[in-house]
Amino acid sequence: MSASLSIPKVMLAIVRRDLSLALRRKNDSLSALFFFVVVASLFPLGIGPEPTLLAKIAPGMLWIAALLAAMLSLGRLFADDFQDGTLDQLVLTAIPLPLAVLSKTAAHWISTGLVLTIASPILAIQFNLDSQSMGILLLSLLIGTPLLSLIGSIGAALTLATRGGGMLLSLLVLPLVIPVLIFGAGAVDAHQAGLPVDGHFYLLSAMLAIALFFAPIATAASLRIAVE
Amino acid sequence: MSNAPAMNPSALHLQNLACMRGGKTLFNDLSVVLEPGHLLRITGSNGAGKSSLLRMICGLLTPSMGSIQWGANSIHADRDFFHTQLIYLGHTPALKGDLSAEENIIAAGSLSGDDITSSMARDALVRSGLGHLASKLSRTFSQGQKQRVALARLQLAEDKPLWLLDEPFNALDQDANEALQALIKAHLTRGGMVALSSHQVVALDQIDRVVRVSL
Repeated sequence: MSASLSIPKVMLAIVRRDLSLALRRKNDSLSALFFFVVVASLFPLGIGPEPTLLAKIAPGMLWIAALLAAMLSLGRLFADDFQDGTLDQLVLTAIPLPLAVLSKTAAHWISTGLVLTIASPILAIQFNLDSQSMGILLLSLLIGTPLLSLIGSIGAALTLATRGGGMLLSLLVLPLVIPVLIFGAGAVDAHQAGLPVDGHFYLLSAMLAIALFFAPIATAASLRIAVE
Repeated sequence: MSNAPAMNPSALHLQNLACMRGGKTLFNDLSVVLEPGHLLRITGSNGAGKSSLLRMICGLLTPSMGSIQWGANSIHADRDFFHTQLIYLGHTPALKGDLSAEENIIAAGSLSGDDITSSMARDALVRSGLGHLASKLSRTFSQGQKQRVALARLQLAEDKPLWLLDEPFNALDQDANEALQALIKAHLTRGGMVALSSHQVVALDQIDRVVRVSL
């Protein structure tokens, strides 16, 4: 059996397991989604129905709402596994631990980040965003939300063994994702100002490439400490 | 140790292990060799470090001092390979409450790189007398049932030389207890190694190739 060990197969199995768990416990993904919708809807209510103002602040508002919604679900990324003992089995996996962690992070992104991204155009309508800006917002979220999951996974692993880690997790991760926010929201801003947006996307993609490589390694190291 | 002529390719060597938890020394200078076909029996009172020792052996816990070798290599040298050689069942059953018993066995197996089909998992459960639980969600199980589902993985772990079992007899009824003993004996007979912690007096006493560690 172990002679035919195939790393992609194991990774896929981890993704599939986490996705079917997410499907069976829908409230986690759904509460993140509803949080996103509610927070994003509060701004037009609080600021007032001024179309030009709303369109101007929309990218930032939607990005911040997505960021906070992603934070909500991060705490559970490893906490459930830690509690029921399956985290031990994950650390004892036959594939390199960073790859196993990457699979878990991918499943987390699909069940939260991707869902938020898909929901964002509907919210963008509330902010009177034109369709081109909406497309750019969608694309920036598509590149940016995996970054949130990747950077967040480091925080989730680090705060695993601490009591009441939820608050600590946000304090730890939110400052780290500021660059993602700046360039994600900045892309839409630039487009609205009639400037080219390529630079923002290059930078976001570069950050994603770096995080794809380093974040799972850092998370794996933190997990090893957490299970001790 | 260092002047041993040739190590058995797959024997487990614990050398001068020490474990410190929270500033307290649990055990010190522990050296054990576990050869194929042998049972390592870890006994000791609560908090003596039985679980810690088992977690050290599988590499989850770094020893405060000493080293652990699998064959000629440190277990940390080729961690991923070592993980394919062992099955570790800790004191929590490591089941996902939202997955069925069958799915749990498949998921746990896939982590260690084993291709477990649905029929294999079902078969393992049937052989453990748990066929009726196969498609039920694990969160509905009793403590003993959870423990037995976790142990059903052993039915599919014949090719893993090293079994590490933390208090496997806990919460088991008489029948399951005997079935587990039979599984362990069969594994030892085929040349496997079993390390288990237990504070119960179990009939495994009849096995003559036993290494005892009292913490």
